[in-house]
Amino acid sequence: MEYTLLILLLPLLSFLVLGLAGMRMKHKLAGGIGTFSLAVVALLSYLTAYSYFSLDRTAEGVYPTLQPWNFEWLPFTESLHIDMGILLDPISVMMLVVISTVSLMVHIYSFGYMKGERGFQRYYAFLSLFSFSMLGLVLATNIFQMYVFWELVGVSSYLLIGFYYTKPEAIAASKKAFIVTRFADLGFLVGILIYGYYMGTFTFTPEETNLMGAGMVLPWALGLMFIGGAGKSAMFPLHIWLPDAMEGPTPVSALIHAATMVVAGVYLVARMFPLFIAYAPETLHIVAYVGAFTAFYAAAVACVQSDIKRVLAFSTISQIGFMMVALGVCTSADPHHGGLGYMSSMFHLFTHAMFKALLFLGAGCIIHAVHSNEMSAMGGLRKYMPITHITFLIACLAIAGIPPFSGFFSKDEILTACFQFSPVMGWVMTVIAGMTAFYMFRLYYGIFWGKENKQLHAAHTPRESPLSMTFPLMVLAAITVVGGFIPFGHFVSSDGQSYSIHLDTTVAVTSVIVAVIAIALATFMYAKEKQPVADALKRALPKLWRAAYKRFYMDEIWLFITKKIIFRCISTPVAWFDRHVVDQFLNFMAWSTNAAGEELQPVQSGKIQSYVMCFFGGVVVLTILLLILL
Amino acid sequence: MNILSLFVLIPLLMLLGLWIARNLNQVRGVMVAGSSALLVMAVYLTISYISLRNGGAEGEMLFVAEVPWFEPLNINYSVGVDGISVAMLLLSAIIVFTGTFASWKLKPLTKEYFMWFTLLSTGVFGFFISTDLFTMFMFYEVALIPMYLLIGVWGSGKKEYSAMKLTLMLMGGSAFLLIGILGIYYGSGATTMNVVELAQQNIPGWMQNIFFPLVFIGFGVLGALFPFHTWSPDGHASAPTAVSMLHAGVLMKLGGYGCFRVAMYLMPEGLSMWGDFFLVLTTISVVYGAFSAIVQTDLKYINAYSSVSHCGLVLFALLMMTKVSSTGAVLQMLSHGLMTALFFALIGMIYGRTHTRDIRQLNGLMRIMPFLSVGYVIAGLANLGLPGLSGFIAEMTIFTGSFQNPDTFHRVCTIVAATSIVITAVYILRVVGKILYGTCTNSEHLKLTDATWDERLAVICLIFAVAGLGLAPFWVSDMISGSVEPIISHLIH
Repeated sequence: MEYTLLILLLPLLSFLVLGLAGMRMKHKLAGGIGTFSLAVVALLSYLTAYSYFSLDRTAEGVYPTLQPWNFEWLPFTESLHIDMGILLDPISVMMLVVISTVSLMVHIYSFGYMKGERGFQRYYAFLSLFSFSMLGLVLATNIFQMYVFWELVGVSSYLLIGFYYTKPEAIAASKKAFIVTRFADLGFLVGILIYGYYMGTFTFTPEETNLMGAGMVLPWALGLMFIGGAGKSAMFPLHIWLPDAMEGPTPVSALIHAATMVVAGVYLVARMFPLFIAYAPETLHIVAYVGAFTAFYAAAVACVQSDIKRVLAFSTISQIGFMMVALGVCTSADPHHGGLGYMSSMFHLFTHAMFKALLFLGAGCIIHAVHSNEMSAMGGLRKYMPITHITFLIACLAIAGIPPFSGFFSKDEILTACFQFSPVMGWVMTVIAGMTAFYMFRLYYGIFWGKENKQLHAAHTPRESPLSMTFPLMVLAAITVVGGFIPFGHFVSSDGQSYSIHLDTTVAVTSVIVAVIAIALATFMYAKEKQPVADALKRALPKLWRAAYKRFYMDEIWLFITKKIIFRCISTPVAWFDRHVVDQFLNFMAWSTNAAGEELQPVQSGKIQSYVMCFFGGVVVLTILLLILL
Repeated sequence: MNILSLFVLIPLLMLLGLWIARNLNQVRGVMVAGSSALLVMAVYLTISYISLRNGGAEGEMLFVAEVPWFEPLNINYSVGVDGISVAMLLLSAIIVFTGTFASWKLKPLTKEYFMWFTLLSTGVFGFFISTDLFTMFMFYEVALIPMYLLIGVWGSGKKEYSAMKLTLMLMGGSAFLLIGILGIYYGSGATTMNVVELAQQNIPGWMQNIFFPLVFIGFGVLGALFPFHTWSPDGHASAPTAVSMLHAGVLMKLGGYGCFRVAMYLMPEGLSMWGDFFLVLTTISVVYGAFSAIVQTDLKYINAYSSVSHCGLVLFALLMMTKVSSTGAVLQMLSHGLMTALFFALIGMIYGRTHTRDIRQLNGLMRIMPFLSVGYVIAGLANLGLPGLSGFIAEMTIFTGSFQNPDTFHRVCTIVAATSIVITAVYILRVVGKILYGTCTNSEHLKLTDATWDERLAVICLIFAVAGLGLAPFWVSDMISGSVEPIISHLIH
């Protein structure tokens, strides 16, 4: 499958063309180049997926791992070198399909959304750069190649968040996103260094002897790598960059901050899963606890936010938490006995990418129509925007876990895996799933039903978006409707063998009941014009409401660390020390040389008398000394 | 005639040409012709070096030539290059070439300026081709002295103070160096000053312990070793654009190169005694420079401190004493040279228009000068180690190499130094966000224009080099690691 190289080269080429010559192009041409290259990439990805999954399984019953391309990019030693290549295995092929599909949809959608914007060509150049980096990340043949592209997606994300570079919020958000993830990447890098040294390789499959010899080191290395993953995937407390990243254009949020880049951390853990499960199960469980806490925290915050993109951002954080939990609760590599989480996590990654991209793109249509992110500017929009309304509802039902939409199936598998791990974990995640349904329907009613901002809508009637924007919505909605019926376990499972998904009736029924109750509650509270219960709750618990609205003050802590500690308590004293101690010491040396010169200067007065005096004085002293000594 | 001698001969001819030149166009003509010739020579040398090595050429140095100069002291004019010097020569040629264009419109006394500038390059090229300790030292001095005049006459701000400070500190370093070199020569009891031959001699341990720190500090001052780095912020801030480029880009590399080739190579026992001590100092340099850069408000100060951090990483990697880390150190010299030159060139161009380097007074430049701003962003991204640009490969080689040293103390230092990748991101993005993004509020700045053709040429050349090294690191990495090998195998582990 040598043609897979084109999947990487086309977006790169499109980036170079648009980056170097884009500014002289017409908007349509620039957008056309970007979209066309992505369309070809998407077709190639489907072709790759089709031909890969039609390959014969090996004797062990797994799909073969292929490396159609691999070359040594930067040699260190004989065994350690950064290679650049393409790795095809079930999860990378799955990711290929997800990324190229969502990316293509976003490219098409942006034609309408970004129409007439200044820097349209730059926008498409960055989108191409991002697609290239993200595809390179998932196709990486070794951990260091992954890190290379990991940094590149970070930079593309930085550039796209800061796309509106005249907006101060966008500048701050892009900076924050980059620095927080960079901090996490430090952990990733150290993890890679430890891994490389002890495993003697950067590939994902070290020698058995090295694995045995590593002992306690491997859990640490994997744990450090997980920190990198936690940064990109916005796990608590490194999640703080993601809500702010919503300052970027909405299609970008859909592509990068909902569907693809933020799940890179999940992908990383899944990629290292064989090592995790065999040598570091405790580390894997830490992943589960971090994921569960994050899922809960983000769901709680999402319940009170008023900016629709923020609600979706927290919902993303929460859903990624679900995927992490699913990976973390695995206790063996056998999907029938404790290894179900792996498959369900990947399944949820797939379905979530589709419906969350749909939600964000829908939100983009709404923002486009009312020119505001705040729910107060919305309400009652179902009359004006029917297509957006229906597709948004489908996505909400999917994320809430209502059958037969795709989210139901994947979430149900996750809950089953959690119940297999421990009942506590299972119930906790079920409750969070209920919260998800609640806040999503609060959002849904707040936008499409509820109290309409008639004044605003009279002044500027909201209208349905053009076809370039609604078409991607319909495509993604269609995938969301049928996606759950894909026999996912057949393609991806923890031991690679075919696994047929079967619903655990108790879990499924419980989760559906919880979701329906949560939706009913949201309907009761938010569907009508007047919302007495919601207002009463807000008045009854002002402190809690305020804390949740302020995201439990995590951003204040971040500001405290950066502004107060790093800036004031470390950097300023260091700079002061440099100027006033180190430098002054050298100035002092120069001054003392000068001063000594000044002091000794009178000796060389030029007066013969004093020279004669010194001469005779010296003679006398020497004579006395000689007499004493002899 | 030996091809290497041309690297000294061409600048000398340029000096002659400049002296004869009657008007500005002739001066520019001489500079362009000479610096392009140097660049072509450097590229040719690199290609022929690599093909010779691939053809199986033996010996530590290639293109060797030796002419006796002062027999009683065994001083020879002896030249030769290995992969490290080839890389440095290429770097110097690129910087001299782009530096010429970056000072295209410099006034007043253009002719004199370029004469000193050329003399400085003579010293630099001479240093990198020499294999004789004495000539090496001589060229080193030749490179230092013009700096005083270049800053003192053509500089800005507190230029007399800065020029004096820089010269005195570097001269202080070279005083140490001279003692050290004499120590090496007499200690070895050899009848040669050739570095490669000296390395075969045995210098008594106690002498190595005395002279190693002298030589290391002597070169280290130029390599911005903490706490001898304070000439760098003031010096860079006052220097004219091309001088900053040449200084940070090439001259500071003399320090790292000398530490490796003279101090470490000739005195391995001294190294094993003092290594840990200097490792601590360099680790401090790396982190301390980065933290200091965060709060600076002058663009040149930010880059000067950033250079302290990045050059600290060079010495740090050398002291890790593994083959990979030393390769990384040389890559870092190359990469830092290119990207700092790019930075200083851009800062000079921005300063030339806005007449301020204070980041509090600059904003929204992206709309006004898109070319320079995009260049600045690329330089920034290279500096913070974006894959595909040169900074990344150098840093990754250094960290991977450092981790090959199994000692716990070295590991801890590595992790501490690695935190600099985060701090670097902080100060780079802070500057980019402050000066390039946002809306321009200064009505004076709105009238400014983007880069002219000579500036574009300089910037594009440097970006091309930075990206070329970052995208295809394997050829230069192979060339360097082959030459690092004999030096590393000489050290005591």
